[in-house]
Amino acid sequence: MEIIIRNSSDQPIYMQICEQVKSQIISGALAAGTMLPSIRSLARDLRISVITTKRAYDELEAEGFICTVPGKGCFVAEQDLKLAQEANLRRMEEHLQQAAALAKGCGVGKEELLAMFGLLLEEE
Amino acid sequence: MNALEIRGLTRSFPGFTLGPLDLNLPGGCILGLVGQNGAGKSTTIRLILNSLRRDGGSIRVLGLDNQDAAFTQLKNDIGVVLDTANFPETLTLKHIAALMRGSYTRWDEARFNELVQRFGLPENKKFRDFSRGMQQKLAIACALSHQARLLILDEATAGLDPLVRDEILDLFREFVADEEHSILISSHISSDLEKICDYIACLHQGKLLFTAEKDALLEDLALWQGSAEQLEELADEAIVAVQQQPYGVTALVKRAEMPAGAQLEKPRLDDVFLFVVKQQGKGACGK
Repeated sequence: MEIIIRNSSDQPIYMQICEQVKSQIISGALAAGTMLPSIRSLARDLRISVITTKRAYDELEAEGFICTVPGKGCFVAEQDLKLAQEANLRRMEEHLQQAAALAKGCGVGKEELLAMFGLLLEEE
Repeated sequence: MNALEIRGLTRSFPGFTLGPLDLNLPGGCILGLVGQNGAGKSTTIRLILNSLRRDGGSIRVLGLDNQDAAFTQLKNDIGVVLDTANFPETLTLKHIAALMRGSYTRWDEARFNELVQRFGLPENKKFRDFSRGMQQKLAIACALSHQARLLILDEATAGLDPLVRDEILDLFREFVADEEHSILISSHISSDLEKICDYIACLHQGKLLFTAEKDALLEDLALWQGSAEQLEELADEAIVAVQQQPYGVTALVKRAEMPAGAQLEKPRLDDVFLFVVKQQGKGACGK
């Protein structure tokens, strides 16, 4: 498992952990059943707060990416890839909503926004 | 269980009153005390150790009232490092270890030797010939070698160079890897507190300005810069504190209350502390 914490990032630390663990689960780098480090040892190794680490694990568990077996530890949960895909779609929608709100706020119209998006897609 | 529970703590001196103070240190966590010189950090710590009698309120340390007769025995469970280490001047490491063996029922000689080696402390020098850094390291080695469950550190890393401070912060992190272990640490060096604390409590003129979970505090707040007119346009509830500067305004703001797209920077603990304390001086309300 690889996790890189950026203190300069605007994204809260717990979210940085969540996102990185999630993407490694979705990409298959972290297989179902893999044992994750304990909250305390991860906090120590990443040199971050225990509370923040716990928050990240709680979030991951609530979203079904990991599960806690009392007395044994945290494990990568059996993934329903459709669900993961669904989650990704939801996130795309969120980002697009933000872009739409921003566009509306500064008077950028539908045509211009679509053109911009088209350009971005072509670049890739 | 809370490792520390302080309720309505007060203590008056001529010209200075501490409290009433309410403070919790949840077990397994690190709580940092920040504040200016004379804000009451050391007084609070001395009251916790009962080396100073309180006027009112209550203090429970590891579940026990610190004025209880059994508190003396509980001191085995508390590792204390104050800003100046205090050992008899003419003693060498060997003698100090013997002294500790006699003072603590669970003195762990192997652990002590390991830390002494890690810190590179000289074997044959007398304590008075130790440099200040060495004296602090020795005090920290002692505090970590009697199987304490709670560390109380008053400016323990002051006077140490960044490399050693970093090494010591790692030792503290290792210490709380056990969820029964907790740390209360006061420091001027807010970058150190920012690195290791779970919770931050800010003292100012004997009063608690705020306590907060550190990461949430630094993530919920943000620094914003702009002109005085732009500041006018911001919602009142978004602004925590403002600093006027010759060519513009810097404000500490609540991230969630700011309009989308605003240019925000993540604050350091130092920024939050300075903004809130200065705002306090102006008589406006802080967070």
